[in-house]
Amino acid sequence: MMTKFWKKSSAKKSVIPKPISFGELFKKGDSLTKLQYFVMGSNNIAKKQVPKGLFFLGVEILFFYWLVSNGIHAIAMLKTLGTKSQGWKYDKTLGIQIQQAGDNSMLLLLFGIAALLAIVLFIYVYWTNFKSNRKLYTLAKEGHKIPSTMQDIRSLFDEKFHITLMAIPIVGVLAFTVLPLLYMISIAFTSYDHNHLPPKNLFHWVGFTNFGSVINGDISSTFFPVLTWTIVWAVVATATTFFGGILLALLLNAKPLRGKKFWRIIFMITMAVPQFVSLLLMANLFNDSGPINALLLNLGWIKTAIPFLTNGMLAKLTIIVVNMWIGIPVTMLVATGIIQNLPQDQIEAATIDGANTFQIFRKITFPQIVFVMAPALIQQFIGNINNFNVIYLLTGGYPSNSTFYSAGETDLLVTWLYKLTVDSADYNLASVIGILIFILSAVFSLFAYKKTNSYQNGGMA
Amino acid sequence: MAQRTSTHSRATQKRHRSIWINLLTAVLAIVWILPIVWIVLTSFRAEGGAFVQYFVPKSYTFQNYVTLFNNPDFPFLQWFLNTLMVSAVTCVISTLIIIAMAYSLSRLRFKFRGPFLKIALVLNMFPGFMSMIAIYYILKAMNLTQSLVALILVYSSGAALGFYIAKGFFDTIPMALDESAMIDGATKFQIFTKITLPLSKPIVVYTALMAFMAPWMDFIFAKIILGDAIHKYTTAIGLYSMMTKTTQNSLFMTFTAGCVVIAIPITILFIFMQRYYVEGITSGAVKG
Repeated sequence: MMTKFWKKSSAKKSVIPKPISFGELFKKGDSLTKLQYFVMGSNNIAKKQVPKGLFFLGVEILFFYWLVSNGIHAIAMLKTLGTKSQGWKYDKTLGIQIQQAGDNSMLLLLFGIAALLAIVLFIYVYWTNFKSNRKLYTLAKEGHKIPSTMQDIRSLFDEKFHITLMAIPIVGVLAFTVLPLLYMISIAFTSYDHNHLPPKNLFHWVGFTNFGSVINGDISSTFFPVLTWTIVWAVVATATTFFGGILLALLLNAKPLRGKKFWRIIFMITMAVPQFVSLLLMANLFNDSGPINALLLNLGWIKTAIPFLTNGMLAKLTIIVVNMWIGIPVTMLVATGIIQNLPQDQIEAATIDGANTFQIFRKITFPQIVFVMAPALIQQFIGNINNFNVIYLLTGGYPSNSTFYSAGETDLLVTWLYKLTVDSADYNLASVIGILIFILSAVFSLFAYKKTNSYQNGGMA
Repeated sequence: MAQRTSTHSRATQKRHRSIWINLLTAVLAIVWILPIVWIVLTSFRAEGGAFVQYFVPKSYTFQNYVTLFNNPDFPFLQWFLNTLMVSAVTCVISTLIIIAMAYSLSRLRFKFRGPFLKIALVLNMFPGFMSMIAIYYILKAMNLTQSLVALILVYSSGAALGFYIAKGFFDTIPMALDESAMIDGATKFQIFTKITLPLSKPIVVYTALMAFMAPWMDFIFAKIILGDAIHKYTTAIGLYSMMTKTTQNSLFMTFTAGCVVIAIPITILFIFMQRYYVEGITSGAVKG
């Protein structure tokens, strides 16, 4: 839906001739306009936009000060990731061996990437500086008044409101999502493993070697079984909680059921209990010497304890069952919301036409639930691929498998990634796994979002 | 088909169905509630040990709760206050950030909107754990590790990319409202505060609730950032630290007592807010 306002503004835009280019402005502009190219904000200050001009100038001074004092070094070191290794070196003046600190490849890489980001940010500010300069030029040429600082601030709450709203969150995303991600993606192309741990050792760029060893080398015998289990788990976990939740919702909304609200609250309580509590609790319940086994033994139904969490196959089954216990109420609650808002006339009409409960469910209720829940379902699937808590708290990836490298029978890719970083310090392999998880999620979501139209309308415009 | 069956047998059939439905619900409810009943019972259990051969304790005591609040090695009250502080601040900041992002990306039109939505989708697909180590070193460079401020920073900045559900909600509010206000001369800021926000109570409550609950649930980021600073722990890592191999047996009942103490407020909050939760999830998909 195109609004009147946007039409108006786009119409306005088409009247204005194409803005003049970077080079053109430099040729045509007066000396103050030219000066702004080198001393950022000078033209703004001259035209009484003092705070704006000072901001540009300040950014420029800070940037060049930083570039000379740190920046150039940080970027130069990116190429080798350090050459001086830590060790003992003979000092002639003292006549003894002294310890040499050496380069820390990890910090060099991190600072190098941060430096690159800083340069990109500076280019952005410089571009804004240029645009502001151009605006001053066009305004003067057309004989308009130059907006005062007050007007500029006011525009931040009107046509530039998005800048006000999004500036701080985006800085957060850059610092705590983009920078770490770029860093970790870079690690995938280095030799940062348990044999190359900074600050003691240096690590270097190795190209696609790590990808080779995961997909086709000695790590592949762990990678493919773990990948298979991850996919099986994500599909089964999503499907069981989805269908289970819908069935439970139907049951709780069935007419003959008494005390509907009471039952719903019972199921919701399980949802509200923090996951780490319920998972640790389940790990205890299903333990070889836990209460469930004890009960079954006492009843005489079994002779020896069932290895719920210590036998590979059984552990996988237990994980899925426990996940159903956690996930079904969530779907139930949402599905209940949908079922209660279904158009009743449709259902009544179907009943009059002689449709039975099952037919009504299949043709009316279910499609509606799927339609509303599709985006949530896709997110759930991605969430399950990355479901760290269930595995880590329930089995910790165990039982162990001697043929696997640093992974157990029930490890998902994401828990394996965690173990690779925390237990075996193979950061490069962990990064490769992370990138592969990303590809897995990306391929799936692209496919799924294409199928559901809710993200196409108004989502990706 | 249905008309042919006699009224008598139909009534019996109906009664049978009713009995079965009620029975099935009761059985399922027992399956779901039993572990929770068990944890509550265990928290009052007087006999020690992590693993016992029975569900119902032989004798009851309040001692576990007393130990919980009086154990200098495991300062639960401190953890509780830490978590409360972190989640209160995170809740406010995250809600502001998510609503601001979602509103901008849903209602405002600017050049980078399309590309930004795509970039956010891509960024969201990388597993969060991947960047964990890098985040740790960035915080260390800022001299913030082992502090609650770091936790707040990480939780809040992570919120900026979790705008999808709120954006879906804003998409459902008719644009005509904004347009008529704009014709009356309202600025974007006025439209946001005077028109959109008052209509968005469910999604604001949902967002705030989710943000508030996150620090109580998250555990791996907190563990990495806080390391061994026991007095800075949140309840999640604190309680988890009670369950190491050496302490598990002696502290299991204290652990369950701690679980009960933190589960109660969250459960009450949740039951109270569940309406908004459902509205929050379902609204994103229903397009006007």
